[in-house]
Amino acid sequence: MARMKFLCDAERCIECNACVTACKNEHEIPWGINRRRVVTINDGKPGERTISVACMHCSDAPCKAVCPVDCFYQTDEGVVLHNKDLCIGCGYCFYACPFGAPQYPQAGNFGTRGKMDKCTFCSGGPEPDNSEAEFKKYGRNRLAEGKLPLCAEMCSTKALLAGDADKVSDIYRERVAARGFGSGAWGWSAAYQTKLGQERGQPGGSLFQGTGGPAGGLPVQKQGL
Amino acid sequence: MEGHRMKTAVAALLLGVGLAGGLALPAAAQSSVRIGGPAAEQQVDRDGPMVPTQIPGQDRGDSWHAIRLGEQGSVSIPNKQAGVLIQSEGEAWRAVRNGPLSQYGSWVLGGILALLALFFLVRGRIRIDGEKTGRTIQRFNAFERGVHWMTAGSFVVLAISGLNLLYGRHTLLPLIGPEPFAALSHYGKLAHNFLGFAFILGVALIFVMWAHHNIPSRHDLTWFLKAGGLFSKGVHPPAHKFNGGQKVIFWSTVVGGAALGFTGVQLIFPFSFATLEEMQLYQLAHAAIAVIMIAIILAHIYIGSIGMEGAFDAMGDGQVELQWAREHHSLWVEDVTGEKVRHAHRHGTPAE
Repeated sequence: MARMKFLCDAERCIECNACVTACKNEHEIPWGINRRRVVTINDGKPGERTISVACMHCSDAPCKAVCPVDCFYQTDEGVVLHNKDLCIGCGYCFYACPFGAPQYPQAGNFGTRGKMDKCTFCSGGPEPDNSEAEFKKYGRNRLAEGKLPLCAEMCSTKALLAGDADKVSDIYRERVAARGFGSGAWGWSAAYQTKLGQERGQPGGSLFQGTGGPAGGLPVQKQGL
Repeated sequence: MEGHRMKTAVAALLLGVGLAGGLALPAAAQSSVRIGGPAAEQQVDRDGPMVPTQIPGQDRGDSWHAIRLGEQGSVSIPNKQAGVLIQSEGEAWRAVRNGPLSQYGSWVLGGILALLALFFLVRGRIRIDGEKTGRTIQRFNAFERGVHWMTAGSFVVLAISGLNLLYGRHTLLPLIGPEPFAALSHYGKLAHNFLGFAFILGVALIFVMWAHHNIPSRHDLTWFLKAGGLFSKGVHPPAHKFNGGQKVIFWSTVVGGAALGFTGVQLIFPFSFATLEEMQLYQLAHAAIAVIMIAIILAHIYIGSIGMEGAFDAMGDGQVELQWAREHHSLWVEDVTGEKVRHAHRHGTPAE
């Protein structure tokens, strides 16, 4: 079974926000909720880079670890999903998430949060695949239709890659070899366990350790980029 | 060609060293790379053109590292906080909450329950030693009792719903199943959000009502030296309206309650007053203080109910047996009734 991952190639992203728009439209996401966002660093300065970020579907998902009602689950493909019927909107997953993925509609008094919403890797929730109930709560289930997440499918420069980690890695590796440089697979070592053999279908290797890592590319867990 | 270049380079280096040594000592001290100035930079040519990802004078790796450490970029959506790509504090929050906080918290709560059970087994119920008079005096009026029970009632619900968030997943959830547990936790969250304000009001009123009775005095020293007579039958150190132990409970409630109220308000209005990092710290503080408060209040509940004969009446109908008052609050009885209580034996009380 494939292990699904996102990869945003910061050397290619042109900040067009098509991924954000595609996501919002495909899942009919309400105003104020951003499952995916585009962040620009060094905006207008030399070295400006743009990165599209959403839930990274971490191996050891912090949201899942801290949820008081245990509403998260990870599919066989490594996608982190949650059950909105159980979610109480406590906000703990947002405290824990490194990527700011969980979103909450404002519901009720004070800062009372509604049920959490986040990227599903276009694969719905616990309801039957492509049912009306699933669509209303979680949006389209494209994986069940044999399609990949729309954000990546839409990406005009193919900066955003989504799918089987082996294929995503191969594409990125080819790019790095062709370009002659890499800039690290952004967010991977924060999201995915990089010890050799720990991650399904992920051979590991220094290519994905980020450029900030030590020379020699020792596998570093939860460090670097 | 190569030889010529070498010569130029050596000349440039010499010139550079000369310049550095003669004119630019401070500069040389700062940088071991740029000794030569413009002439020596030709040497770098052999490294070829920069790759497009490099920025002159800046290490690409450094900027990625800065992002890993939480540097904020810009976003086009209204929520500018979304510009943070990676926040690593959450990992620490998770580690503390799921680790020491839960673990030490369970030890504290288990410990106090074990201590109280042991105390009950060894000491039993603390009885009124002297002959009961059948007469009562008023200890707390209706307003005081109302405030006490508002604070107490809200605290119990807050404590249970709070403990449920920390421990329910591993205790109650497997027992009753995901859906009932989620529903319970949902109503628990709502109750927690609303009753928090009742608790804050209660603690504020408690402070106003009883602070002047709880200023430490010399009698408290005696009380603590005799351990309030808790461990010895017939020992009753003198006390005014509140004895040393009760003063500890009072100030714990006021200080702990204020801390819980402050951190709670920070959390109930997310991002209104605090940043995410501060909220993570407030949440940990809120939970840790709450666990300690629950332990203290468990002891308070014990001694105010099954632990001591006659104690509950003070907060029940407000009328306490005169003999109970003589034993546990001799100086208060003197203040109220003018009666001279004999101090030779049998006075004092543990914390209610």
